[in-house]
Amino acid sequence: MFSVTLRCLGRQVHQQNKSLAPLFTYSKNGLNTEATFDTKPFKLHKLEEGPATTVTLSRQDALKYYKDMQMIRRMETAAGNLYKEKIIRGFCHLYSGQEACCVGMRASMRSYDAVITAYRAHGWTYVMGVDAVGVLAELTGRSSGCARGKGGSMHMYVKNFYGGNGIVGAQQPLGAGIALALKYQGTDGVCLTLYGDGAANQGQLYEAMNMAQLWKLPVIFICENNGYGMGTSVDRASASTAYYTRGDYVPGIWVDGMDVLAVREATRFAIDHCATGKGPMVMEVVTYRYSGHSMSDPGTSYRSRDEIQEVRQTRDPITGFRERMLSSDLATADELKDIDQNVRQVIDDAVKRAKSDKEIGLDELTADIMSNPIDTRVRGVTAFDTLTHKRLGPAVNSP
Amino acid sequence: MAAPIAKSNLVMLKNAFKYVGLRGISTSRPASAQLTVRDALNSGIDEEMERDERVFILGEEVAQYDGAYKISRGLWKKYGDKRVIDTPITEMGFAGIATGAAMAGLRPICEFMTWNFSMQAIDHVINSAAKTFYMSAGIVNVPIVFRGPNGAAAGVAAQHSQCFGAWYSHCPGLKVIAPYSAEDAKGLLKAAIRDPDPVVCLENEIMYGTAFDVSDEVLSKDFVLPIGKAKIERAGKHITLVAFSRAVATCLDAAKELSTIGIEAEVINLRTLRPLDFDTVMESVKKTNHLVSVEHGWPQSGVGAEIVSRMVEGPGFYHLDAPPVRVTGADIPMPYAKTLEDHSLPQGKDVVRVVKKLLNVQ
Repeated sequence: MFSVTLRCLGRQVHQQNKSLAPLFTYSKNGLNTEATFDTKPFKLHKLEEGPATTVTLSRQDALKYYKDMQMIRRMETAAGNLYKEKIIRGFCHLYSGQEACCVGMRASMRSYDAVITAYRAHGWTYVMGVDAVGVLAELTGRSSGCARGKGGSMHMYVKNFYGGNGIVGAQQPLGAGIALALKYQGTDGVCLTLYGDGAANQGQLYEAMNMAQLWKLPVIFICENNGYGMGTSVDRASASTAYYTRGDYVPGIWVDGMDVLAVREATRFAIDHCATGKGPMVMEVVTYRYSGHSMSDPGTSYRSRDEIQEVRQTRDPITGFRERMLSSDLATADELKDIDQNVRQVIDDAVKRAKSDKEIGLDELTADIMSNPIDTRVRGVTAFDTLTHKRLGPAVNSP
Repeated sequence: MAAPIAKSNLVMLKNAFKYVGLRGISTSRPASAQLTVRDALNSGIDEEMERDERVFILGEEVAQYDGAYKISRGLWKKYGDKRVIDTPITEMGFAGIATGAAMAGLRPICEFMTWNFSMQAIDHVINSAAKTFYMSAGIVNVPIVFRGPNGAAAGVAAQHSQCFGAWYSHCPGLKVIAPYSAEDAKGLLKAAIRDPDPVVCLENEIMYGTAFDVSDEVLSKDFVLPIGKAKIERAGKHITLVAFSRAVATCLDAAKELSTIGIEAEVINLRTLRPLDFDTVMESVKKTNHLVSVEHGWPQSGVGAEIVSRMVEGPGFYHLDAPPVRVTGADIPMPYAKTLEDHSLPQGKDVVRVVKKLLNVQ
């Protein structure tokens, strides 16, 4: 029986390799500058045509996607270790396994498109422009964190990135609102609004979709389906697990979220749809998280270790992409090794900073409660403690 | 040759024209006009929409219906679909959309048909709007106004009669205004719309139709009142009555009756619940040595509980000649039957009764 399993696995891997082989290549100096691949077919809902399944990848882009995915993987591993050392506290939801989603989507975004997601946000924070120090030091609550340590894991912000939201589903109508603003302001900007398979059942999602469709808001509702809402598998939570169809009157696409190129292509298609005034779209990206729901969850009471192993071995987004790059001569193994080493160095340095940088001072306890404070006296823990409000941050929506 | 008109007669004629010309009947302040709270809110929103293109209003029935309580009357006709938006009956959804729009740079006015319905959306008011500036270490401020009628109306029973003053003023990150008069309504709402932080505006449906005398200044396009500053509606020296919104009228009624027996009550209209202008209350109590807080909301953990606590926690304690007392709605859900309803909320005579007790007057 064991040998049967091995043979099955082998067959799967062989099939995987088939799709890794490039269709066309263009050579220069022994290395190709570009290669073309087939992605898994997309599934379409209320759409006549979908994204292209034949995609071209440039060497430059390949190296970037590889590096970004490795950075996120390493960064999340480092975060997990810091959490086990009790230097990160509270909640810590890791993105390991889902790297192809944020990297692929970001690849198709224009500089003025916006993103909002829930709490599994570290990977997104990174691709939207916060460096590893900014993320890790925020997790350890230091002043070099992107929110000076005041937000923590679930509340990281940077231009065009609206967090990082702790309440499941809240980001769904918020994202539709950001899209409304982009449209109102006369841009063709789009808001990528991400949520998980658990949040896909939230009522406010359907409220937001209804208004988005009515008012043709340029919002892409993206379900990062990793199979589990905390410890509840999709089959136990959703009467319909076809999340890409759940928008009903909103067109939808199902995407293989472990393939960064499929994700990129689908996102390009969706952005084009929304940016040309056709209204919202739903995207379901099927992915997987290796870790538990958060660091408090070993992630094995509701799924088998075999399942996790199987995904790691046959569907890992980084391994799969790496093999594509190598088999199509977009890069050499040594180049990728160099990138790995560089990533390791960057993350190691960031971890050092995250451990050694200082927390903000107590004077910032009462900083930035309001952007326009009226009474700057703030009550402390007793009637005899009056603190003073301080203004530090840029308050991007003032005056 | 006709006899010249005496100069004094000319002056009289001139004055007559001035009085008659302006408002018809002579009043003691010829430059004033009458303005209902409804029209005050309406003109406030209109002026701010004209002034700043980023301002828009959304909510149920705000556009083609002219507003459930006609607060947004005429705005859709003037500004159109882009800026006056009818929403489906989905509070959580549209409050979230409004908050997201504010995060991305617009200045939404999000109307709740009544504040009772805000409970469907309260997560967005608190977690999405109020806390974001602090959590982002001062990066993303949320310039949104949530507004609508608060508290009891008449005969609308338990689910439609709650006062949310205590709930919203509890939360750091929010500004909470509670206008009483037409002047309050216009000045505070305009200030709220201009404010770069989230503001909760608790209006009162029963007050919408009440007309107040207002000066020309109030009618001007730049009339703004400072958020966080209380107003002394009536000066007095024997006792301080503090209230907000419709309870101010309750206090003024009580003050009128008390005056006939020689008790002069000082009535403070808080205007803002957060930040609460306690300094004004303190200064008043230094003078009167007696404090009564009056509100229509429930007693436990209410706004009055906050006022009274602050008074006794600090130096105020030593200025009091009697315990500070709260007058509130009864600790019950609002009943429908008229007589019961009348006894659920404090009236002027209840405040009079309390004042007499505190001042040891029969």
